[in-house]
Amino acid sequence: MTGELLIGLYIFILSIFLGFELIAKVPPTLHTPLMSGSNAISGITILGALTCVNSESPIANYIGCAAITLAIINVVGGFLVTDRMLKMFRK
Amino acid sequence: MEPSTIIANIGYLISIACFILGIKRLGKVKTARSANMLSASAMAIAVISQLVELGAIDYQFIIAGVLLGSLIGAIFAIKVQMTAMPQLVAIFNGFGGLASTLVGLSLFTSAWFALTGSESAALGGLAIQGTAGLSTAITLILSIVIGSITFTGSIMAFLKLSDTFGRQFGNPILLPARHVLNALIAIGVVASSYYWIASAADPSMSINMAIAITVLTLLLGFLLVIPIGGADMPVVISLLNSYSGLAAAAAGFALGSNVLIVSGSLVGASGLILTSIMCKAMNRSLANVMFGGFGGDAAVSSGDKDQGYANVKSSDPEEAAMDFDGIQSVVIVPGYGLAVAQGQNAVKEFADQLKAKGVQVRYAIHPVAGRMPGHMNVLLAESSVPYDELYEMDAINNDFQATDIAVVVGANDVVNPAAKDDESSPLYGMPVLNVDESRMVFVIKRSLSPGFAGVKNELFERDNTRMIYGDAKKVLEEMTSHLNED
Repeated sequence: MTGELLIGLYIFILSIFLGFELIAKVPPTLHTPLMSGSNAISGITILGALTCVNSESPIANYIGCAAITLAIINVVGGFLVTDRMLKMFRK
Repeated sequence: MEPSTIIANIGYLISIACFILGIKRLGKVKTARSANMLSASAMAIAVISQLVELGAIDYQFIIAGVLLGSLIGAIFAIKVQMTAMPQLVAIFNGFGGLASTLVGLSLFTSAWFALTGSESAALGGLAIQGTAGLSTAITLILSIVIGSITFTGSIMAFLKLSDTFGRQFGNPILLPARHVLNALIAIGVVASSYYWIASAADPSMSINMAIAITVLTLLLGFLLVIPIGGADMPVVISLLNSYSGLAAAAAGFALGSNVLIVSGSLVGASGLILTSIMCKAMNRSLANVMFGGFGGDAAVSSGDKDQGYANVKSSDPEEAAMDFDGIQSVVIVPGYGLAVAQGQNAVKEFADQLKAKGVQVRYAIHPVAGRMPGHMNVLLAESSVPYDELYEMDAINNDFQATDIAVVVGANDVVNPAAKDDESSPLYGMPVLNVDESRMVFVIKRSLSPGFAGVKNELFERDNTRMIYGDAKKVLEEMTSHLNED
C-alpha cells in the first residue's frame, strides 16, 4: 500500500508539471472552453463512483449512485457545453 | 493479474494519452473542437475500462445514475445562455466536488459496514485500520475535505453570480471574526481527522468523525467564498475549478487509480494557471483576493474621498453617431455590463455598420473583463464576432494612441487610468487598457456609479471622454440606427 502511494505521488507530481506545460500555452480566447472542458474531465471521479455501488452496505450503494449521477452531469454537461461554445468560434 | 484487469489497464493508458492530447490540442482554436471530442472519447474509454474491470456486478445503480445524470447534464448544457456561462461552470465545479466527497463517504461507509455489520470483514481494497490503511485513510479524508469545500464554495459562487438574492449579495459579505471562525473550523477538521485515524478500532467514533469532517468542511466552503466580491469571481471560479480536479486526484489516491490521479492533477494544474493569470491581471495576490474582502473595504475608504465627479461631458446616441463620421479606427472595450445588458448582438451590428463605412474595428479584451476567464470572448463569439478581431491587452495597448475612438461598453475598473498614475488609488498597479490615450472615448454606462472596486474612475472626467448614459444594448442599437441615417 505504501509502495502504491509512493507511485501515486510520482504520477501526481509529474502530471501537475505536465498540466502546467500544456495549459500555459492556451490563449485567453479559449480560457472559458478550457475551463468548462477541464471541468468535464474532473468528472473522471465517475470511475471512483462506479466502484462504489457494489458494496454490501446499501447506504454505501446509494451514496455511490448519487456520486455517479453528479459526476456524469459534469461529464455530459461539460463536454456538451464546451462543444457548443467551440462551434461558435470562427475566423 | 486477471485478463479483465489487464484489458482495463490498457484502456486506462489509452484514455490518459487521449486526455493529454485533448488538453494540448485545446490550445488552438482550429483544433479545439476536435480536442474536446478527443477528451470526451477518453472519458468514454475510461468508463468502459472501469466497467470491464468491475466485471459482472449489479448494474441497477450504475444505469440509474448514468441515465439521470446524462439527462440533467444535457439539459444544463443545451439550455444555458452564454451570458450565464460563469454560473454554469461554477455549479458544475460544485457537482464535481460533491461527487468526490460522496465517493470518499461511500468507500468509508462500505468499510465501516464491513467492520461492524457483517462477518465479511475482508472488503476489497480498503481497510481503515493499521499502518497499511493510514495512507488510504488520509487520502480518503482529503477527498472528502477538498470535495466539500469545492461543493459549497461553488454553490456560494453560483448564488453570487446569478443574482438570486439580488445585487447586494454579489458584494463581499463580511461576517464578524470571520478569520477566527475559519481558523477554528480548520482546527476542528484537523482534530476530527486525527481522531478518525486514531480511533480505527472504534467504529462508532470513526463514523462520528467522518460526519463531523463533512459538515465542517461544507460549512467552510460557504464561509470562504461569502466575503469575496462579484468582480473577484474569475479568480474564485478558477480556483474552485482547480479544487474539483484535486478532489478527483485525492479520490484517485484513495482508490489507487492512476487515471483519476493523472486527469485530476491535469485539471488541478489548469485551474491553478488560470487563477494565477487572473490574479496577475488584477495585480493582487491570491491571499488578498481570498481573505481581503475587497470591494467592501474600498467602498468604505472611498466614502471619505470625494466620489463626486466634475467636468463630466455627456453625449447621446445621435450626437455620438456623428462623431464616427470620417474616422478610421475604433476599438471596442467590452465589460461585464455588456453581458448584463445581453448586448453582444447589438455590439456586433454596431461594428458591422462601422466596417461598412470603411472603419477598422477591433475589440480589446482585458483578462478579467466579465466574471470568468475568457467570458467576453465567448459572448462575442456567440454573436459571430470573428476571434481574430479580439485582441489581448498586451497586443493592443500600444495602439490606443493611434485610435480615433475607443468605445467602452459596460467596463469600468479595467479602463481606469488611476491604476497607472495615482499611487493612492486602490487599483494602483493593476494593468489596465490605455483607452484614455485614444483621440476620443465614449463610455456607455448606466450611471456614474463606481465599479466593483468601489473606486472613482478618472477616465470619466477626461477632456476626450463623453459619457452616454443608458442600457448598453439600447444605446448601441440607437447608435447603429443613427449611423445608418448618414
